[in-house]
Amino acid sequence: MVRVGDFDIVVDGVADIVGSVQDPELPDVTIGDLGMVRDLTVVDGVADIVGSVQDPELPDVTIGDLGMVRDLRMVDGVVEVVLVATYTGCPAVEQIREDVESALGEAGYSSRIRFAMNPPWSTDMITDSGRRKLVSVGIAEPCRVGSTDPTVLIDFPVSCPRCGSRRTRRRAEFGATACKSLHTCERCREPFEAFKPR
Amino acid sequence: MTDLLRHVLRHGDRALVLAQRLGQWITHSPELEQDMAFANISLDLIGQARYLYTYAGEQEGQGHDEDHFAYWRGPTEFYNPLIVEQPNGDFAQTIARQFLHDCYALAYWQAMTGSADATLAGLAERARSETAFHLRHARSWLVRLGTGTEESHARMQNGLDAMWCYTDELGPISDEADLRAVGLVRDGDLRAVWEAAVKTGLAEASLVRPDVEVAHSGGWQGDHSEHLDELLEELQSVARAHRGAKW
Repeated sequence: MVRVGDFDIVVDGVADIVGSVQDPELPDVTIGDLGMVRDLTVVDGVADIVGSVQDPELPDVTIGDLGMVRDLRMVDGVVEVVLVATYTGCPAVEQIREDVESALGEAGYSSRIRFAMNPPWSTDMITDSGRRKLVSVGIAEPCRVGSTDPTVLIDFPVSCPRCGSRRTRRRAEFGATACKSLHTCERCREPFEAFKPR
Repeated sequence: MTDLLRHVLRHGDRALVLAQRLGQWITHSPELEQDMAFANISLDLIGQARYLYTYAGEQEGQGHDEDHFAYWRGPTEFYNPLIVEQPNGDFAQTIARQFLHDCYALAYWQAMTGSADATLAGLAERARSETAFHLRHARSWLVRLGTGTEESHARMQNGLDAMWCYTDELGPISDEADLRAVGLVRDGDLRAVWEAAVKTGLAEASLVRPDVEVAHSGGWQGDHSEHLDELLEELQSVARAHRGAKW
């Protein structure tokens, strides 16, 4: 498997062919074993097609922005997609599955889509462009959680997506979806949602 | 049934039954934000149940999917702890149930991130972050009601008293010693962690630990109160009335 951008990608056995080339000086050791294969060209645009599927509950934000695409590979002509579920109970999961399937279908690919839980998704996987898009549609971006203890919730400062003020207050633990909480800006007085960091 | 399959079902059932109870609050909560909170916590729990039931199907190896476990088993085949099937009561009783449960659930998922079972460990990583938010929600209401008016304090204490006799089950399950021995289940100190979390919450909320002599148990073994019958009848009615229906 090779890492291309954010994706681990294998194209129709090409990686195997390349990776199984023997090292001329080490008997039985391949260049794959040595970790010498850095990059393989992806099947034209498949990663883009999958990555640009919209999240049904976040306007303008794609599943690529959210860092939900874990793995893409071509197996016998079928695109196998592994997506990471953001929340175990996210109701958008089925919609996203259908949208990815039909986006690939329109481009002439048949696909198999699977949701994985391990390793788990975290808001740290949201890309910088995804974070900018969230703010532009009025949703405050989550702070980076890094390796902090996920069982201890810290009241991190939330910046108002409209005026940028940090004088904001959490009004409710849950917003319109489980991934967001409700806040009010003390400066511009506007209510807004924030993506919960975790 | 293998020990691991029963363990997976116990926690899938715990999540599903509580999710159903919380769903019953929707449109009846004291405020709109609370409807949304219960709905979202319920969805998280259903999500956890779905993963666990799917995994149970793989463990069982008879081709059963998540819907089979949710809709086609009777009350004696459910292995949830008794506390989650208890009726909602008033808002304070629901918060008491949720707080006591969430203290347990957070400790459980935290411990299970170290499980030797990769599927359970992976789910635990996500579920513990979700549960941390659930617990913060329950505890903030516990404190708000406990330290609010005389009326809210009395109701919060009553709710706690009513739920306390079901808390004996919130700890390691005695018949899972074999799973514990091989590291699949890592809940040895669960009771101590639960006790500490509950103690802190009660102190902050100016509530006293109930002194209840009666303790009910048996839920983990499939021995339930009549409340589960009613709950399942509602939960399973559509699936059973329209067998095989898709939408």
